[in-house]
Amino acid sequence: MCRAADLQTAVLAKNDEGARDLRARMAARGTALVNLMSSPGSGKTALLEAELGLARERGLAVAALTADLATENDARRLARSGVPVRQVLTDGLCHLETDMLGRHLDGWPEQDVRLLFVENVGNLVCPASYDLGESLRVVLASVTEGEDKPLKYPTAFGLAHLVVVTKNDIAEAVEFDREAFLGHVRQVNPGVEVVFTSARSGEGAGLLLDRALAVADGAAPHRPVMATATVALVEDGHAHAHAFGLGHGHPHAHAHPHPHDPADAHDGAHDGAPAAAR
Amino acid sequence: MHEMSIALAVVGQVEDAARSHGHTAVESVALRVGELAGVVPDALRFCFELACENTLLAGATLLTQQVPGRASCAPCGSDWDTGLPPQLCCPCCGGAAGGLLSGRELEIAEVRWADAGAATACQEV
Ligand SMILES: [Zn+2]
Repeated sequence: MCRAADLQTAVLAKNDEGARDLRARMAARGTALVNLMSSPGSGKTALLEAELGLARERGLAVAALTADLATENDARRLARSGVPVRQVLTDGLCHLETDMLGRHLDGWPEQDVRLLFVENVGNLVCPASYDLGESLRVVLASVTEGEDKPLKYPTAFGLAHLVVVTKNDIAEAVEFDREAFLGHVRQVNPGVEVVFTSARSGEGAGLLLDRALAVADGAAPHRPVMATATVALVEDGHAHAHAFGLGHGHPHAHAHPHPHDPADAHDGAHDGAPAAAR
Repeated sequence: MHEMSIALAVVGQVEDAARSHGHTAVESVALRVGELAGVVPDALRFCFELACENTLLAGATLLTQQVPGRASCAPCGSDWDTGLPPQLCCPCCGGAAGGLLSGRELEIAEVRWADAGAATACQEV
């Protein structure tokens, strides 16, 4: 399976290995992890609170872990839904990493859950680089944040499996240009689904839950271009894998035509690496 | 600023490599940083300096090699510079790119050891 972070094997190799382990650990418990990322004030907590409440009504076993820089408000708010909620103080760190997350999932939640929502630290820069072993990576943006949000945060939007627009009830009031927003999402992540929600009006209620359940039940998530390493075509028509990695596993789960030799990946001019790929 | 976490990861990897190869000092570390890796090279350089303090990398230079984002479309046989923010739809057919040829790299390209005992001045990690 091709994961977003497969392309960044070298420097983040440790986190990525941890993410693979965590994904396996979660799978063994029948749990799919949903990584939620957004800027502060995007309405992430309100959306999550509503989805957790809905899950409880439906008798679906879910839990939420929220990462915060300091305050405890988010966790308290989410706990009102009645599902297990745990707060992680990141101690100033601007993103969650797998080993940190993994420690908090030792023996928690006590009962296995189908879905575990992870509310990442509130920014769209740092969390984007870290695979947490999630099955679904969701990026949220409220209509108040403007149409060009996806272009300002291309890594976050470019690697998302699902984009959730929040506060859509005030879209008109803030003159949110929906078509422009969709165009910008398409530019950095063609084919990703964008859903519109409003915690206030109830628009789109349950959509996040539905999408997460689908993936938990085995549906393949969207595959972002940015998470896909491709091969360059050379004149003889043979495709050659481009060297992304540096001897740390595969840049891509697919065809890798030759045994992996670190020296190989190191040298872009090795046999068959087409000039066009440089 | 996740550049600090990344700098610490680089230092950790170089320390591991130094231990297993018996090196005691580092002259420079070259990093390949893709245009679409989500890392700010200046911030990374700043953090790297801090991360090296009190390690065998103290005083080492960080060299960053920028790798441009390139995407391709198989049906059209085209490839293009994605730019930043990236254009990941094909300029020929308007369809989604098949994937990236480059641009997401975040990898150690080369380490130069500074200790006299180094068998080779330059070695891959
Ligand atoms: Zn095309």
